[in-house]
Amino acid sequence: MPVNPAPGGVEYIRFLPEIILIATGTLLMLLDAILRERSRDAYGSISIVALVAAMAASVLAYQSPGPAFSDMLIVDGFATFFRVLVIGVGILTVLLSFRFLHREGAETGEYHALLLFSVAGQCVMVSANELILIFIGLEISSISSYVLAGYLRDDKRANESALKYFLLGSFATAFFLYGVALAYGMTGSTWLTAIRAALGGEPAAPAPLFIGVAAAMMFVGLGFKVSAAPFQIWAPDVYQGAPTPVSAFLTTGPKAAAFAIFLRIFSTAFEPIGGGWQPLVWCSALLSMTIGNFAALTQSNIKRLLGYSAIAQAGYVLVALAAHSQVGTAAAMFYLAAYAFMNIGAFAVVSHLSGKGERFLKVDDFAGLATRQPGTAALLAIFLLSLIGVPLTGGFFGKFYIFKAALDSHLVWLTVLGLLNSAVAAYYYLRILVVMYMREPSEAMADLEPLSPGLRVALAIPALGTLFLGIFPTWVLSFAGKSATLVR
Amino acid sequence: MNLLDFVLAVPLAGFIVLLLLPRQAPQAIRTTALVFSLVAFAASLGLAFGYHTDNAAQQFVTDVTWIASPNIHYHVAMDGLSLWLTILATFLTPICVLLSWNSIQVRVKEYYAFLLALEFGLTGVFAAQDLFLFYVFWEVSLVPMYFLIGIWGHERRIYAAVKFFLYTMVASALMLTAIIYVYNRAGTFNYSDVMEMLSNGKLAFTGGEQMALFLAFFVAFAVKVPIFPLHTWLPDAHVEAPSAGSVMLASVMLKMGAYGLARFCLPMFPGAARICAPWIVVLAIIGIVYGALVAMVQPNMKKLVAYSSVSHLGFVVLGIFSFTQLGLDGAVYQMLAHGVSTGALFLLVGYLYDRRHSLIIADYGGVASTAPWLSTVFMITMLASIGLPTLCNFVGEFLVLQGSALANFRWTVFAAIGPILSACYMLWLYQRVFFGEASEEVRHHVFDLKPREWAAVVPLIAMMLWMGMYSQSFLPAVSKTTARILDQTQVNVQFRVKAPPGMPTEVAHAR
Repeated sequence: MPVNPAPGGVEYIRFLPEIILIATGTLLMLLDAILRERSRDAYGSISIVALVAAMAASVLAYQSPGPAFSDMLIVDGFATFFRVLVIGVGILTVLLSFRFLHREGAETGEYHALLLFSVAGQCVMVSANELILIFIGLEISSISSYVLAGYLRDDKRANESALKYFLLGSFATAFFLYGVALAYGMTGSTWLTAIRAALGGEPAAPAPLFIGVAAAMMFVGLGFKVSAAPFQIWAPDVYQGAPTPVSAFLTTGPKAAAFAIFLRIFSTAFEPIGGGWQPLVWCSALLSMTIGNFAALTQSNIKRLLGYSAIAQAGYVLVALAAHSQVGTAAAMFYLAAYAFMNIGAFAVVSHLSGKGERFLKVDDFAGLATRQPGTAALLAIFLLSLIGVPLTGGFFGKFYIFKAALDSHLVWLTVLGLLNSAVAAYYYLRILVVMYMREPSEAMADLEPLSPGLRVALAIPALGTLFLGIFPTWVLSFAGKSATLVR
Repeated sequence: MNLLDFVLAVPLAGFIVLLLLPRQAPQAIRTTALVFSLVAFAASLGLAFGYHTDNAAQQFVTDVTWIASPNIHYHVAMDGLSLWLTILATFLTPICVLLSWNSIQVRVKEYYAFLLALEFGLTGVFAAQDLFLFYVFWEVSLVPMYFLIGIWGHERRIYAAVKFFLYTMVASALMLTAIIYVYNRAGTFNYSDVMEMLSNGKLAFTGGEQMALFLAFFVAFAVKVPIFPLHTWLPDAHVEAPSAGSVMLASVMLKMGAYGLARFCLPMFPGAARICAPWIVVLAIIGIVYGALVAMVQPNMKKLVAYSSVSHLGFVVLGIFSFTQLGLDGAVYQMLAHGVSTGALFLLVGYLYDRRHSLIIADYGGVASTAPWLSTVFMITMLASIGLPTLCNFVGEFLVLQGSALANFRWTVFAAIGPILSACYMLWLYQRVFFGEASEEVRHHVFDLKPREWAAVVPLIAMMLWMGMYSQSFLPAVSKTTARILDQTQVNVQFRVKAPPGMPTEVAHAR
């Protein structure tokens, strides 16, 4: 690779979102030492401003697409799509957190700083073009996430959640790093395109066994990050134990970023050995959908239920990956966007309802929400119907597009089993609808407060997004389709 | 925007308007719902008047791109098959609004909003000419019905609602796979284009493919019809649903399945359909006889009517899979007739429930003495349901039996047991509910029809008579389309006898 010691101005613009996020995160930590107790509400607002600026910067960076810093980073449609997605997830999470942190009396600059760092790490991940940088991004994102999961120090569950997440997460990262090392050893490069070239070169191609092991190692590491079966064991515990806004964040942002690098690594670097990893993804997809959906059937805790549902949803995205085509990549991108909206929306309602100390987290605590707060119930109904995959919602179109991609690639059985799986999933989502609409109000409803302004926005944006993606998917879809071609 | 788009848009607009109305004004909500449903009905009558009967092609076509890639269109149109079913849906919605006027007192706003959303979904299913759009409407109609059953139903409503939803969901998952598969092969969701490509050989499925696709579609439709043994959700859903829900479910929603069979299964996969036809017919006949026998022993009125629906819909399936012009015409006619007569039965059972708050037959008796008009109306409806000549069901059943006789006479022999049994259970029901000594409760609570109830029931009675006496108003449009469907299947042409001696003129016209 040509080494360019003095990066030019345009390269900084291509890295601007990360710069903004890191700078603001650091600023917040400094402010934490200076600001007085009562002015701490400002943290959230500062984060929002920074995130919006970063989103604008991502769009700006896309005006001059191209590589940066000796090709370590690449700003293309794919990177921009995911940058906007993870930053959007960040914004929604902050909006959700206002009320939550206030209720728990836990507003600190630390929380927001960690969130910004995590988002920054994800931005690095999705735009990285080189394995070491991918790894750095992954670590920035993961380590911040571990801390966020255990943010409520006095909560036993949060502690358990953080510890589990940290131990298993570092283990998985080690796997990933091992894979990187092997790939480097076999091909002599950590640049994705260079690896691809080395693998494609017929006479000089490295031993398939070792390169297969390298790919498998990375698959394990990434499979853990996206909570795909059989590496999903940690997911329900972590999502249940973490503070609700953090759960909303973890199930969407880091997951989307991890899928992004999954797509980039496997459809760029390991493209030449596609036939080798495709069956692995096939099995993992089916396992994730089945385990996630069947385990969710019997859950009574809503966060745990959504945790299992997150595993199943990861399975659907893996179906798109198994399709191993441009349509599949575009489908995965679209679905991750739709999923971010509907899942954050659902968690937002959970956070609203759970009350101080997160007391009300049973599915039965949702009883009678429709009579007490019809608007909130209707919004949750939209998110749940989207998770089920009912037409005119983003979830349906995403699923449709994924299974269409799978059929394009002749994965008939995976499609049939996947769609039947989504019918099983309907049962547990319906259970929430049932208690919400068809039961008498529960104890949790007695002192239910009205929606706070932040929460209102955090609910309205995902709801509109879900419906928009369901009714007018063309715009996002064509962008995803266009950028999917660039990944290769 | 043509008239059909308007018919589709009105319920949707009504749905949105109702959501915006304040929930403290139930009367305004009811009136608004009634106005919107009546406007939709009036507009759909315009469809009937504007429809060119001598033309089998699609009419009132709107075709605009909805999603560019994959190429999905908002493509709606009417033909003889969908015209009357659409009108049936818009016809019954205002009746359901009237029916629910007093009986629904809680969460009125949501109730009428869901009712209009249901109307939107149902009319859309019949109008859609794009496979994807069809699936969208198919699923969309599921959600309001789920809520109607689950929120305003009777004791076991939640069980029934979830069962209803899951049954349909599982079955339609397979259909979605098949739709995507067809798209991947044909490159279009457009129904007419797919038919065109099938007929000129640009698109050809192998035997195995055709069978798999046929079955995927068939199961989705068979659950909806319902065909024995996939019918078990139906009695639960019917019994637990509020009266209006039962009416819409029986009259229109079940027709979605039969419509799908005639519209998609037959012409798109004719080879597989022909291979499976004998088996399906056997299931249909089992449904006819079994439904009737089970109906006979029901202690619950709604359950009785529900099982009678299984029996009647067996005729529809028999007619469709007889692959004859008469059979198909009869099947479509039977769909409409069943929609009117069974809709009316559920409506009247709903009236009885509003008064006595019971669906158990044994709780009644002697209603004829306290509510003579109600009894008279019920009598006419019941006779229509049995299939008495000059009333609507007779025409449909007769045509189906005749059509199936052309295909295989043994089928007719067994299927004809159905009407006999239907006379048994219906007359027995009538005897137990309306005759005999009136108990204390019946005397005090069961009063005669009120003006609003009259308003809901008179159109239905009028339709029963009209459809029974002058089927010529409806059949020509239907026959044109069914003839085309038969041409598309390209089978059984040898069965199309020109004019057997002694054929009634009405039937002769129908060919």
